[in-house]
Amino acid sequence: MTAVLERPVTPDAPPRPALAAVPSTPTTPLTHAQVEELGAKLDALREEVLASRGEADAAYIRSVIKAHRTLEVAGRGLLFAGILPPAWIAGTACLSAAKILENMELGHNILHGQWDWMRDPEIHSSTWEWDTMSPSDSWKRTHNYEHHTFTNVVGKDRDVGYGILRMSEEQRWNPYYLGNPVYNVLLSLFFQWGVALHDVEVEKVLSGERSKAEAWHTLKAIGRKVRKQFTKDYLVFPALAGPFFAPVLLGNLTSNLVRNVWSHAIIFCGHFPDGAVQFEEEQLEGETRGQWYVRQMMGSANLDGGPLFHLMSGNLSFQIEHHLFPDLPSNRYAELSPKVRALCEEYGIEYTSGPLGKQYLQVLRRINRLALP
Amino acid sequence: MTRPDTLQPRPRLRERLLQVSAAVSTPLLPDDFLGLVDPLRGSVDLRARVEQVRPEAAGAVTLVLRPGRGWAGHRAGQWLRLGVSIDGVWHWRSYSLTRPPRADGTVWVTVKPVVGGFVSHHLAREVRPGQVLRVAQAAGDFVLPDPLPARSLMVTAGSGITPVMGMLRELAEQGELPDVVLLHSALTREEVVFGEELRALALAHPRFTLLERHTETDGLLQPSELDVLVPDWRDRAAWACGPAGLLDALEQHWSDAGLTLTTERFAPVLAPAAEGEGGVVSFTRGGTTVDADGATALLDVGESAGVLLPSGCRMGICFGCVVPLLSGSVRDLRTGDVHGEAGDLVQTCVSAPAGDVSLDA
Repeated sequence: MTAVLERPVTPDAPPRPALAAVPSTPTTPLTHAQVEELGAKLDALREEVLASRGEADAAYIRSVIKAHRTLEVAGRGLLFAGILPPAWIAGTACLSAAKILENMELGHNILHGQWDWMRDPEIHSSTWEWDTMSPSDSWKRTHNYEHHTFTNVVGKDRDVGYGILRMSEEQRWNPYYLGNPVYNVLLSLFFQWGVALHDVEVEKVLSGERSKAEAWHTLKAIGRKVRKQFTKDYLVFPALAGPFFAPVLLGNLTSNLVRNVWSHAIIFCGHFPDGAVQFEEEQLEGETRGQWYVRQMMGSANLDGGPLFHLMSGNLSFQIEHHLFPDLPSNRYAELSPKVRALCEEYGIEYTSGPLGKQYLQVLRRINRLALP
Repeated sequence: MTRPDTLQPRPRLRERLLQVSAAVSTPLLPDDFLGLVDPLRGSVDLRARVEQVRPEAAGAVTLVLRPGRGWAGHRAGQWLRLGVSIDGVWHWRSYSLTRPPRADGTVWVTVKPVVGGFVSHHLAREVRPGQVLRVAQAAGDFVLPDPLPARSLMVTAGSGITPVMGMLRELAEQGELPDVVLLHSALTREEVVFGEELRALALAHPRFTLLERHTETDGLLQPSELDVLVPDWRDRAAWACGPAGLLDALEQHWSDAGLTLTTERFAPVLAPAAEGEGGVVSFTRGGTTVDADGATALLDVGESAGVLLPSGCRMGICFGCVVPLLSGSVRDLRTGDVHGEAGDLVQTCVSAPAGDVSLDA
């Protein structure tokens, strides 16, 4: 896995010819004035939510926190009886659900500062740490800043393929990418490793943009988190089960894998199904707030589902709304969704949305197709 | 060395247990999970449950609180920082503890709603028994010395009675009250918080003198009146608590007489024209930048923008809010002085930006 990640990547592809010929190039028939008008309407939606944040939202996040902790305690408890198959299945299910909630609806969203307005030091982006190998500090830099600012701009948004996969035609093909489908399966299974090592930004160290000391600092922080997670999941909890250590260890391993596969699927369906487009760096030059909004809408894709599905996806099933308003509380995306969809219709922008199965198949199809030149 | 040998390994065992519980709860803390069953446990702030809400005179209420584990106790006259979530947002204010430490472990604070006081109104009207608030450890040095001076004088006004009430109750618990004069100002007789209890104390303790000043009929207390009201005021150890105007006048009066007065303030003394141009305030750790005027304290500016800042008394006394200045200058709202060099520790609760400012917070 590390060998794959450390593969040198050339960040600066030679300039490409006119964009019109590339299928994934954005085209909007909107005039400059229309884009700014749309931007103002989206700003107004944002203000509406900001003005109405209150006790109900605070109660919501506290209830999710409570649900996560209860599920975690239940899962760990059941796994101590994991020698009995029903207890093992129930325990692993609870623990998987807990880890998914903790990473997606809590960690990801709290680290975005979505709940900072509560001024609660126990639920704040500056103090939160999550149960994944990526340390919250480096995550906030690479994800909140780089991915959310440069969304889908090939060469700038490092989430386009994570430096491992070819996810856009704008990424130049080379024979390494024949392994695209295999890399994807590996990334899915070891997603928390992929995300953590992604923060090291090996390609930037190689190109001199990032100092070795900084990268080493990040690596050490990852190491500390890995040690703590391994101690907890693979040493202390199994040891506490005494002679029944094996089902506990296996349950913990399974939960980490389930969380990896699930979060990888949700995240890849956010930017890579049909309809979500990638951009070239030229797009960023002199980009206005209105144009930034349009890029976020065009570059993101939603997932259809019920309230439980939205919760378990960390409300990333509302990827479009999340990318427009990354710092609004996640429980509000559902009510924003029809309003954003209506604006997309009004301005002729595609609002990409579909069920998980369908979207994931499209992502896999793209991964397979881009394995070839 | 009476401890039996079998007890010797206990501290070690406890340490081991703590290590294991930290290892199994990472990246959270054990208290985060214990909070599921005990709402008085939390990983950052101390909690306290409201046991009773007791109405007092003049719209004030006394909150009887039961703090969770970790409460370190207090002394009469000290204050308590109380955090309450209003519409989802935590607000912190300080209130005087109005009873000495009690055998039942409860802690009493009295809140008088102040004009325009969003938090005090909420605490006095909306808080119900059973609700869990957050608290910080008691603080403040407005406390009685030991041994007590032979003669003392306490000058209070309005809610300024609250810390003094704590002191008087402590003295009354110890037995006969010593020679204490309490000169208290309130709008009317009915507006005297703890009025009935104070009058009863005065009846029961011959050496305790209660002088009530009802400003609606008698006008505001002037320090010059002390010679008539308390002729031996110069010979008494003195404490004062009340509105800034009164305290300023009293401090001047005592200092003119070459004597010392211990005061407790509930609000910072702001310079009359301490306003100037504001600027862009950058909180560098989270990358938040805010446009701020020159009259709003940096603490309020940051909190409104969702930045988590340390805070304390919110009136420039306790230095619980200091944050390193990275660049720019700040204006001290109490004096109007502009100061600031990179690396200075700035009291954010009484400093406003004077131009663009960046803070290491």
